[in-house]
Amino acid sequence: MNLYCIGLSHHTASVETRERYARLEGWRNLREASGCEEALLLSTCNRVELYAAAAHALSPESIGCCLSSEARERVDLEAAAIYQHAGDDCVQHLFRVVSGLDSMVVGETEILGQTKRAYEEGRSTGGAGPYLHRLFQRAFRVAKQVRTHTQITRGAVSVGSVAVDLAQKIFGELNGRRVLLLGAGETGERTARALVSRGVRDLRISNRSEERAAQLAAIVGGRAVDFSRWQEECREVDILIASTSATAPLLDPARLAPLLRDRVDQPLFIIDMAVPRNVTPEVNEMSGVYLYDMDSLQVIAAQSLALRRQQIAAAEEIIAEHVSDFREWLRQGMKRGARASAPDLSRETLPAPEL
Amino acid sequence: MGRSLLILSTLCFFAAVVRTVLSLRRGQFQPGLFNFTAIAAGFVLQTAFLSVRGHALGRCPLTNLFEVFIFLAWSVALIYLLVGPVYRLSLMGAFTSPLVFLIQFLALLTPIDQPHTSHRAVNSWLELHASVSLIAYGAFALACVAGLMYLVQERQLKTHQIHSVFYHLPPLTHLFEAMTRLLWVGFLLYSIGIVTGFFTGEPLPLVKMAIALSVWVLYATILAARHLRRLAPKSVAALCVFAFSAALTLLWGITFVSQTRPL
Repeated sequence: MNLYCIGLSHHTASVETRERYARLEGWRNLREASGCEEALLLSTCNRVELYAAAAHALSPESIGCCLSSEARERVDLEAAAIYQHAGDDCVQHLFRVVSGLDSMVVGETEILGQTKRAYEEGRSTGGAGPYLHRLFQRAFRVAKQVRTHTQITRGAVSVGSVAVDLAQKIFGELNGRRVLLLGAGETGERTARALVSRGVRDLRISNRSEERAAQLAAIVGGRAVDFSRWQEECREVDILIASTSATAPLLDPARLAPLLRDRVDQPLFIIDMAVPRNVTPEVNEMSGVYLYDMDSLQVIAAQSLALRRQQIAAAEEIIAEHVSDFREWLRQGMKRGARASAPDLSRETLPAPEL
Repeated sequence: MGRSLLILSTLCFFAAVVRTVLSLRRGQFQPGLFNFTAIAAGFVLQTAFLSVRGHALGRCPLTNLFEVFIFLAWSVALIYLLVGPVYRLSLMGAFTSPLVFLIQFLALLTPIDQPHTSHRAVNSWLELHASVSLIAYGAFALACVAGLMYLVQERQLKTHQIHSVFYHLPPLTHLFEAMTRLLWVGFLLYSIGIVTGFFTGEPLPLVKMAIALSVWVLYATILAARHLRRLAPKSVAALCVFAFSAALTLLWGITFVSQTRPL
């Protein structure tokens, strides 16, 4: 059996090109259109890939026709954006994709869920037969092994998620924590949203413009607090996100010390998203206060990304082993096929997907 | 036979230490089943050793400094195996195994395993007093370990220097909670140990009493300050480390004083 992967991704195509292919219709007849026994499509915001299995060798171009048929007039222009993998290369490519090695943010895990959904759709529409079933199930195993045995998914790689990770390292569960968002800057808002998505229920928003504070509170499910009262709120909150456009610092040790007098055993995590900074660096010297500004968050995000990149070699080793193993299985399958007049693929049962 | 069991037990703890060090050097610190299994195996062998020694002596094996230290190491492992999984402090094993290994290794290395020569009758109250007090020390040791973990985690958060171990350490608030509970467990057991000491029916040595009471007062002060919110969690963690170091030194003193009067 011959395996093929034809597609385009963020590595080769612009977002506009990817959008056009992602919107193509008529994927239901992939098998007929591609001339393969099995075919399924993986379409995400970063990639559109057709995986196919054919009993007889076909030119990747002929399979690719189905990918391009709906946009034939654009294919020549975009020929360079479309890549092709066959045999072991195809297997390796899928294993890399599912493990997050080919992702825009190395090690991201969303692709695994997207691939599982694509596989499930292929299975329900009859596009995925025994070979693609085996290939994708193996890919899911590989992804799991890569995640378990390397640190490819370790650490957060965006400023917002680093802040949330740090909050969890200080407080554990966030669902009982109180958060004050000071100012309505975009980055601060995103971080507040990330905290809410991790369980924060008590979000207070204070802004010079009361209207904007109320508006944002309504959107993210918080409550607006009068700007004149934000310092008083610091007595109660666990996390303070500062993102105002103030040109002078709003908080320094002298102003913060009286507010923390009654909460000696309660840590305060301050995320200063503002530039220029809203909180003086000396605040970090205070007992029980953990201050992070944009620079320090970005350094941690960069460290995590570097750590993930260091893990690529280890992940590739795991993938190489599985590619070799899969090649052997495929060879055995072809031997079985050669002995029989026709490959007895019906003996391959399709168990429920590991979703 | 007995000593071989102890050497095997020490090797188990050593394996956990080696695994931890190698993981840290690779920058891929992953606590987990290996450490827990090594400590559990070490604990079983410790128990077997103490059982063999106890049967040979016909009494609780707390007759000399060597046995006291092995019993202490056993208490630390026992409390870890009880507390670690409950509070999901699996990483505690990485900090516990070096402590237990060090205690046992030094006990094996130094010539402190002097045979017990006294033929006094077994005193159940005295044995209860000694064993409960040592289990309390096990809890204090784990509080010290939790304190160390807290200080490591706190330092990384303060300095913004995030290392591999950061991702495996529990949150600060969980460590603080574990520290407090371990302090309470240790303090209650230690109090029982002191009270049972009055029922032994033997004359109370003044130096031993003074040392035991100063340890009790030290931990009582830490707990009082913690609950009255007079101490920041970082100070509590630092005091847990200091108090255990002091208590361990004083334990040595108590046992030294007891050399002329075996437990």
